[in-house]
Amino acid sequence: MEALGLLLHGFGVLLTWKTMTLMMVGLILGIFVGVLPGLGGPNGVAILLPLTFTMDPTSAIVMLSCIYWGALFGGAITSILFNIPGEAWSVATTFDGYPMAQQGKAAEALTAAFTSSFIGSFAAVVLITFLAPGIASFALRFGPPEFFAVYLLTFCSFVGLGREAKHKTVISMSFGLLLAGVGLDTVSGQLRMTFGWSELYRGVNFLVAVIGLFGISEILLTMEERLALRGHSARISLRVVWQVWKSLPRYWVTLLRSAAIGCWLGITPGGAIAASFMGYNLAKRFAKDKESFGKGRIEGVFAPETAAHASGTAALLPMLALGIPGSGTAAILLGGLMVWGLNPGPLLFVEHKSFVWGLIASMYLGNVVGLVIVLTTVPFFAAILRVPFSAVAPMIVVSCAVGAYAIHNAMFDIWLMLVFGVVGYVFKKIGIPLAPFTLALVLGNRAEDAFRLSMIGAGGDLGVFWSNGLVGSITTLAIVLSFWPLISGGVDRITRVFSRA
Amino acid sequence: MTVSNSETEIIVEDPSAPPAHSPAVTHTRIVDIVVSLLLLALALVMAFDNWRTGNSWDFAGPQAGYFPFYLSIILAGACIYGIVAAGRGRGGADKPFVTRDQLRRVMQVFVPTLAFCLLTQWLGLYVASFLLVAGFMWKIGRIALWKSLLTSVLFAFIMFATFDLAFDLIMPKGPLEALFGR
Repeated sequence: MEALGLLLHGFGVLLTWKTMTLMMVGLILGIFVGVLPGLGGPNGVAILLPLTFTMDPTSAIVMLSCIYWGALFGGAITSILFNIPGEAWSVATTFDGYPMAQQGKAAEALTAAFTSSFIGSFAAVVLITFLAPGIASFALRFGPPEFFAVYLLTFCSFVGLGREAKHKTVISMSFGLLLAGVGLDTVSGQLRMTFGWSELYRGVNFLVAVIGLFGISEILLTMEERLALRGHSARISLRVVWQVWKSLPRYWVTLLRSAAIGCWLGITPGGAIAASFMGYNLAKRFAKDKESFGKGRIEGVFAPETAAHASGTAALLPMLALGIPGSGTAAILLGGLMVWGLNPGPLLFVEHKSFVWGLIASMYLGNVVGLVIVLTTVPFFAAILRVPFSAVAPMIVVSCAVGAYAIHNAMFDIWLMLVFGVVGYVFKKIGIPLAPFTLALVLGNRAEDAFRLSMIGAGGDLGVFWSNGLVGSITTLAIVLSFWPLISGGVDRITRVFSRA
Repeated sequence: MTVSNSETEIIVEDPSAPPAHSPAVTHTRIVDIVVSLLLLALALVMAFDNWRTGNSWDFAGPQAGYFPFYLSIILAGACIYGIVAAGRGRGGADKPFVTRDQLRRVMQVFVPTLAFCLLTQWLGLYVASFLLVAGFMWKIGRIALWKSLLTSVLFAFIMFATFDLAFDLIMPKGPLEALFGR
């Protein structure tokens, strides 16, 4: 039980007035960001990241991860009260949450959503506490070929398992990897793809791209739609909270199932959306009266919320243990780690013990505090939607610009952000997914370094990626995954032929 | 946008919303092809540059251009596939990419944002953000002038207090800040 001792140490790091205040500020900012139209988890974290540049890494990550939890909680408010999913993974919450609000049971639905978010995150944090150190110490034995194989696996699973058209995922990913290579080559010291443009020597900064892609483009997309809202206000009383909590044990199977789905899908990249739908559908399939789903059944709120938050939190596991983010927001947090001079990956657990365990402890504490905050302040946050978008939009634009400028104090980055805003707007409208691009941009240099180091070590022999059992099976799995649709289609056809015979 | 408020409901109207039936400016398929062509061109330029940098092997392993060169080839390949697929009209019905009224609304934010970036260079971030917030609320949001001015002054001041005074982040500044010796 070494993990428990280290976790206690983590709580010790955390329990200072300064970090606790930052935690509250982060949570409130996060809920704010989650409720506002045109902002969500990844954009909120990206825009507010510059605030943390002058802090020490532990305070910074505590504040940022609290913004993330807050945004996750905030998304549920708009889904239930206004039928507007703040994020793609809150879509399934609207199926039963909004009907409940229409029936005057908004308080019950919100309590259910917040509580199940808490349960989902909690399950995932427990998983991280006990699994991450083990994975990290196993990964300490990894050499460059193993790391490249794991990166390859991440990229390939996006191509093979993503819902978008395959060639669009490939476009997004190779574009991101290519941009990651712009600037000074770290191995040879040569400049490449800069075309003599001195602003590009530094390379395309990941955070600038993210702020443009998620922040500015989201404003453009939001403006394009109808901004009219019609929803319910809600006030949560202690009696309602008690009633919902009392009913929790009846739904333990649903909660457990959704938490397990969420944890599993969160570790594999890009899983939160799939997790929420899968949680909902499975709860529906196993229910006795399937017809009551979609008409305001509390189980229909429990199932997707637990799964979505379990996966949102579990996405941090591969980031901490291997340096590979499981979601867009995790990728941005990873970008933050690099800004503060920490090298994400297995060594983090050895070299920066109090940082890692402070972060894990903050996940526990942040979720508890977050639950209390959302339960008590819902009416206030629902009222934020009354603030006209024409006041919010320019303020978001200014915050984006501040964020982009603060990274290198370069005006060029503000322009780059604007360009990425337009790119993000167009990409989203023609169905080129942004998550693979984000991931490729943040991992590009590390993947390339791992590839070149293993090539140098092996004297240019590609066989190094099959040189031992471990690296060989990861590489093979990666290749299988990238052709997964073809393979599963083929298997289907074969089984159909056999079943006919 | 007018706001009404009752006991149990929150209603926000949006009178200037784009109507549902507005002629399309262009279609998704065309934009798809144009974007693929642009990315293809970019990939080819990048491939050329990496070939010039060196995309083969020397005594120390792969040269600087090796990895990006093959990535540009992959990108180019995916783009060509995309162009062919879109040209054949596969991948679902052809939706309008943007309607005329939607484009008008998007420009309503994009043009002020562009102006804000330009102004930041001359006037500094804080003055530019005051102008952006005030102008946007008043002109596009049709919010009363005094409300717009009050909000934007407060906003600019809070930003200055947060970033410049509390967090020591140095933002672009202009003549106004110089006047106060900051």
